[in-house]
Amino acid sequence: MTRALATVGLLLGLALLSGCGGSSSSSGSSSEPATITIWTPFVKPELTTFTSVVRDFEKSHPNIHVKVVGGTNDDKIVAAIRGGNAPDVAQSFTSDNTGAFCPSGAWIDLGPYMKQDGVDDSIFPEAPRQYTQFEGKRCALPMLADTYGLYYNKTLLAKAGITSPPKTISELTADAKKLTQRDASGKLKVVGFNPFNGWYENAPAHYAPSWGAKWVDSKGNSILGKDPAWADLLRWQKSLIDWYGYNNLVRFNAGAGDEFSASNAFETGKVAMHMDGEWRVAFLKREHPELKYGTVPFPAADGHSNLLGAGYVTGSIIGIPKTSKHRDQAWQLVKYLGTNSAALAKLSNGIQNVPTTTDSLQSPALTPLPNFQTFLDVFGNPNTSTTPITRVGAANQETFQSFIDKYQAGQKPDLEAGLDDVDQQIDAQLKQASAGQAP
Amino acid sequence: MSAPAAPITPPLDRTRAKRRAALRRRGQVLLFMSPWLLGFTIFFGYPLVMSAYLSFTHYDLLSSPRWIGLANYRYLFETDQTVWPAVKNTLWFIAIAVPLQVLFAMGIAIMLSRARRGVGFFRTVFYLPALAPPVAATLGFVYLLNPATGPVNTVLGKLGIEGPLWFDSPAWAKPSLTLLALWGVGNTMIIFLAAVLDVPKHLYESAELDGAGFWLRLRCVTLPSISPVILFAVVIGVIEGLQYFTQAYVAASVAGGSASYSAEQANTLGYPQDSTLFYPVLLYQQGFRYFNMGYASAMAMLLLAVSFAVTYVIVRNSRRFVHYQGAMR
Repeated sequence: MTRALATVGLLLGLALLSGCGGSSSSSGSSSEPATITIWTPFVKPELTTFTSVVRDFEKSHPNIHVKVVGGTNDDKIVAAIRGGNAPDVAQSFTSDNTGAFCPSGAWIDLGPYMKQDGVDDSIFPEAPRQYTQFEGKRCALPMLADTYGLYYNKTLLAKAGITSPPKTISELTADAKKLTQRDASGKLKVVGFNPFNGWYENAPAHYAPSWGAKWVDSKGNSILGKDPAWADLLRWQKSLIDWYGYNNLVRFNAGAGDEFSASNAFETGKVAMHMDGEWRVAFLKREHPELKYGTVPFPAADGHSNLLGAGYVTGSIIGIPKTSKHRDQAWQLVKYLGTNSAALAKLSNGIQNVPTTTDSLQSPALTPLPNFQTFLDVFGNPNTSTTPITRVGAANQETFQSFIDKYQAGQKPDLEAGLDDVDQQIDAQLKQASAGQAP
Repeated sequence: MSAPAAPITPPLDRTRAKRRAALRRRGQVLLFMSPWLLGFTIFFGYPLVMSAYLSFTHYDLLSSPRWIGLANYRYLFETDQTVWPAVKNTLWFIAIAVPLQVLFAMGIAIMLSRARRGVGFFRTVFYLPALAPPVAATLGFVYLLNPATGPVNTVLGKLGIEGPLWFDSPAWAKPSLTLLALWGVGNTMIIFLAAVLDVPKHLYESAELDGAGFWLRLRCVTLPSISPVILFAVVIGVIEGLQYFTQAYVAASVAGGSASYSAEQANTLGYPQDSTLFYPVLLYQQGFRYFNMGYASAMAMLLLAVSFAVTYVIVRNSRRFVHYQGAMR
């Protein structure tokens, strides 16, 4: 028996020793020939464009050969970094995770490389500059962004006698009511504008810029209850939901078709006006070229006309996992994809995402589809903003959303008290995540 | 064992040979057990020890764990407001879905044991759902119970009934998951069936001679005879209930739809309104979504302790109503 125990102990010890950690290794010079790997979440047809841009890179850097792996996600990246077999360059759709990649050193600090090559981060607009660094450490570059605006169905608007798309929330609300159609039994057939939180792209983050709502104060504390803009936004959302009838809207949403398919409710004309990202332009061209639609920046909250033109922005981030064995070569690729105007223009044209440097926005190579210009303008607007990066991923946003879900269903009648409570939960979560940290 | 009177000193090499034989035998035992030993150590022992250690650290999966003492446990018991609703959801499932599952499986087994014709066919039919992978089965149910387009509500609508919102309503989401659990009860049902068929015939015969009807026979013969299986089904059911994850996760993500393309993972855990945020779902959210693996490990340790305690209490109290045939105790 003792022997068996000893064996178990020995095995445990071995497992503990060998279990964790990949070793970081030294980097070669960028001129040395090397084969590097890049992981991207893109799948076809976007992946085709992405790969062709990487091939362009190989042509201008004949010593570096790049293997492209599509369809990855952050879970895989995290697992691979832990296992020591992460790619040399990784791309993520989730800028919220910068707060995990940067401080842990899981993605290496790009600062020294940028200094060495004279790349200054002022080439990126404010928001993408923010979501690619954390606490002063830049471990990623932005590569393509998503911005949000209002899509409207021209045919349905004309039928309802609406001549121009709304510019304020009151106008949006009035138009939404005019555009809504119910059948004989009162069921919603066409929804003018669907404000239901959690449905398609409806998330507080995406609406915040139109109200100028702020997430945190200068110390990083959550201020959802202190900034009255949030309560305004939520009250508007709820009042419109109540106008439709909460249960009616839930039923409508359940039958509205999958967001990322040709049965998307805006694409099929079941929703007349719609908050969505710039990628929908490409989806519509591919899936419903017959639909007559237009795009404008999302209407501004009443009394905030200065915010018209602003929107939410987030985007892809690319960086170098610490396990890369060819960091110099990896940097060459990151620099190319993140800062080369021609590359960004080609990516933007092919994928219909927003290019992420100020230069590339003006690039003559850029050939946006009709209706896409709106999103380039939103991207360049000084009031366009993003969500703060935290150590706990999107925990703050998800805690908030979980509250909104209950509020809009009428489960939390006291909005202000509820928001204060959400603030406390978020602050507690952040404090918990930095417990035991050296000050 | 040895002769006491005349102490004979055995030849030295004989003792040694004996010892060597014993050693060899032990070696063989260990060798034969080694696949299990290895598996147990690597896939159970090591993770268990690691979880226990990590529960005292802050661990974001990417940098090395940072010792923070009891901070995770304090957050778990004192601060985190999402824990209690998640515990309540899990308790709901254990209190309602698990007993229903056991009753349902037992009922079907008793019915099947009395079938005269088509026995094989019915057994297969009732067992089949258990073969569907949990994810596929959940997808199927979410489709069937879609409040707008699903066949169930369509049929109800034809009958003039407005069907419930099923997976889209906080009041109906857990009952819908319960339906799904009942549908897939085949594995337990098979064990019950074997037990019911195993009840000695002569007991029924003598009960019948004494004038016992169906219910009396069920109560006084069948139930006591299969009580060990009931205990087994309850214990397994409760443990599975405590770990209930896959179906809740899939149903919430599919019914909840996606809230963000760029965030790649939908923010729908617990949809609708946290009604399907079971304890293991919360654990997953903290560990893998919020980079808070130390805290998730603390939650896992609590889950382990609770599973252990609940099982102990059930088994301990079972002696009063579980009857083993023969000297099985």
